[in-house]
Amino acid sequence: MNNNSQASASGESFSVAITGSGGSGAVTAGRILLEAAAHCGFQGLMTRSAGPQIRGGESAAMVRFSPDPVECMGDEYDLLVALDWLNIERFADEIPLSNKSLILCDPAAGEVPALLRSNGAEIREVPFKVFASGLPEGRLNMVALGAAAVVCGLELSAMEASVRQVLQGKGKQVVETALRALGLGYNHDRRPRITIPSPGRQDNRWSITGNQACGLGALRGGVRFVAAYPITPASEILEWLAPRLEKLGGSLLQAEDELASINMIIGASFGGVPSLTATSGPGLSLMVEGLGLALVSETPVTVVNVMRGGPSTGIPTKSEQSDLNIALYGLHGDAPHLVLAPLSIRDAVFTTQWAVQLAEHLQTVSLVLSDQSLGQSQAIIESPLPCERSLQRAVERSPGGDYRRYQVTPDDISAMALPGTPGGMYTADGLEHNTRGTPSSMAADHREQLNKRLRKLEKYDFGDDWAEVEGDGEQCIVTWGSSTGVVREAARRLRQQRGEVRVIALRLLAPLRQRQLRQALEGMRKILVVEQNHGAQLFHYLHAQGALPPSAQSLAQPGPLPLRPGRILRALEEPFLYNTPEQETDHAGSRTQGKRL
Amino acid sequence: MPVPARKAKDYKSDIKPVWCPGCGHFAVLAALTKAMAHLGLVKENVAVVSGIGCSSRLPAYIDSYGFHGIHGRALAAASGLKAARPDLTVIVAGGDGDGFSIGGNHFLHACRRNMDMTYIVMDNEVYGMTKGQASPTTRPTWCNSKMTPHGTGIPSFNPAAIALAAGAGFIARGYSGEPSELTRLLVEAMQHPGFSFVQVLSGCVTFRPDQRGWKELVHPFINDLPTEDRVKAAQIIQADDGKATGVIYATEFPVWQPENRTETELSELEEEFYL
Repeated sequence: MNNNSQASASGESFSVAITGSGGSGAVTAGRILLEAAAHCGFQGLMTRSAGPQIRGGESAAMVRFSPDPVECMGDEYDLLVALDWLNIERFADEIPLSNKSLILCDPAAGEVPALLRSNGAEIREVPFKVFASGLPEGRLNMVALGAAAVVCGLELSAMEASVRQVLQGKGKQVVETALRALGLGYNHDRRPRITIPSPGRQDNRWSITGNQACGLGALRGGVRFVAAYPITPASEILEWLAPRLEKLGGSLLQAEDELASINMIIGASFGGVPSLTATSGPGLSLMVEGLGLALVSETPVTVVNVMRGGPSTGIPTKSEQSDLNIALYGLHGDAPHLVLAPLSIRDAVFTTQWAVQLAEHLQTVSLVLSDQSLGQSQAIIESPLPCERSLQRAVERSPGGDYRRYQVTPDDISAMALPGTPGGMYTADGLEHNTRGTPSSMAADHREQLNKRLRKLEKYDFGDDWAEVEGDGEQCIVTWGSSTGVVREAARRLRQQRGEVRVIALRLLAPLRQRQLRQALEGMRKILVVEQNHGAQLFHYLHAQGALPPSAQSLAQPGPLPLRPGRILRALEEPFLYNTPEQETDHAGSRTQGKRL
Repeated sequence: MPVPARKAKDYKSDIKPVWCPGCGHFAVLAALTKAMAHLGLVKENVAVVSGIGCSSRLPAYIDSYGFHGIHGRALAAASGLKAARPDLTVIVAGGDGDGFSIGGNHFLHACRRNMDMTYIVMDNEVYGMTKGQASPTTRPTWCNSKMTPHGTGIPSFNPAAIALAAGAGFIARGYSGEPSELTRLLVEAMQHPGFSFVQVLSGCVTFRPDQRGWKELVHPFINDLPTEDRVKAAQIIQADDGKATGVIYATEFPVWQPENRTETELSELEEEFYL
């Protein structure tokens, strides 16, 4: 079993949200806090939220750190650092507070809004602005950060090291001023809120975003050509890859649209170079015809789809797992292909690499369903394991006299002659064809090639990496992709209360490993399928595949609000009934439902 | 070492074309194989890429590597192939609907990008494979399609003008009824470094029998051509009746090249993530 996603242990963690108007430096402060926690040996996660403005506008950084892996945000925040109160109501849903929370704010920014007073959080006032204005070019985010560090129990030296690292590009003067501001905030009120013992310096820690992790997985998988069109929230994959591909002897071509990018990578892959594109929902929609071409011409390609709220333009900057249906069913004709989803930021390296290598080996289309919450979040993680597996494309280097590109073979994979190889000349085609590649509308050829394209996937042994299965007992949560982090946290809490629960996190969604899934579900009396979309897409897919008993229940919540561990625990406690009407149960729009009989 | 002389038939595959008897595309296929023989191209180092349409069936009829993709995307597939495999000779073939309608955007950007490839558009001013609808190059008053019984009513697309405006460095027009001139144009196009565009008037005997009359209408350009002057080329193209043949414009622009250099190991790149 691939151990790329780590199980959590104690569950001690600290959650901080930093909010402010445009230019107030909330996100920079968040990064400094995350990396300072990393210096102290914590693992962590930072997500961001921003208003719709291209530049400026309010923004929020949400940071959570723990001695254990952090793969989701918690139910509520221990600390809110409000640099100012501008448009704070836009974040109220995303930053749940309680009477256990602390709000750090500046009396100069005005009254704490009633919206935030109502939850009973403690308020600690620090004169950010007064301290900052006492320094030349002093920034109040750094004062606030100093005060926040005390509350979080992080040492000043770790904060200082992180300030130097994050701000090093801004010049010596900026760093010096920031350090002084940090110190003023730190020394103003030295009462820590919660102290989680610092694990101390750890080796082999990485700081990486999910989009970078997908890019790295692509390179590890052997990708050396990328064509793509910019789109939120996938562009960072492309921006990260472009200069690095060059250094590795490959290239990235910015295409005129997604119709071009998919066809460009098909052309490059026909030339023998492992190729990939990255996009989001609207781009994937445009690429679908091209996916069919790659599949029928058996030209390997990988598409990373960083999902956002849909349909149509939807919510470009926020996350949702709602492209499962198009990924599974979007192609016309009978078009078996691969659909995978990374289970965490760390796992995005492995899953993307595996997806590329599977596409190459099976000469088909691989779709990787990441999403905004993985892609644009920064994580402190244990360095991912190197992938030992090396799957490659079967290449025909010395074709005989009667080379048949689409020869039916025992494993239904036929060696591909690459342009430049004498004797291997053939024309790849989106038209149905015979074994030589010659277009054919004969029933026998169609049947033979349909069977070939299906069987090569069916016969392949995907091993144990189809899912990560953990835990025992009689209740089970089935989930996929980025929802895995929050499901694991819910399961851990249940186990801490001596409850038992199994988690099945699906990494390979198509072809579904039905036998293994049924085995993993054996003996489960209660099954909950958890996902972040409105239509319960995984739930219905698993039912359609006959993988679930009728008693299984769904918890589906659309974006943009993240699923919270507490919501999952509540859903497990609800009675499981057949034919339950859909129930809208909270402001996040989550719905539970059973099978309609 | 002298390369053995190659003949046009060496470049023909054994697959029988689907085209109607009398179709202009037979002559384009013959001219292309003659041009390939003239240049002594090594067959396995050539890739012919196309989209969908009658003329897009051409790759299978050439004995080289071929890619018969989807409607309108020939230039995109060819651009990816050329970017990944600059060592190959890439030829793109298609029709007026494939290239100027559904694939119009790729045409613009292929002209701009200036990759070293040759794009041959067999223009018969009609969609033949779908049985006779108006294409972008069809004149607005042509009423013989059931789908546009009053004609399209919109001015026809001027491929040479668009190619020039989009930045193509080599623009020519040939005629399937003048095969030796067409062969010469294709040779020059393939020799041109960068993107070369050849519009070939290639009549459809089935849905545009009126195009048999092209024989009388086609004539060489009277101007002193080709020119390297973009303004002069624009004037000639705008004044042109669409039936003049020859190389109109030829000039060398920087050719798109991937900037790849193999200088780093992947493990070195991974260092950036360590704290």
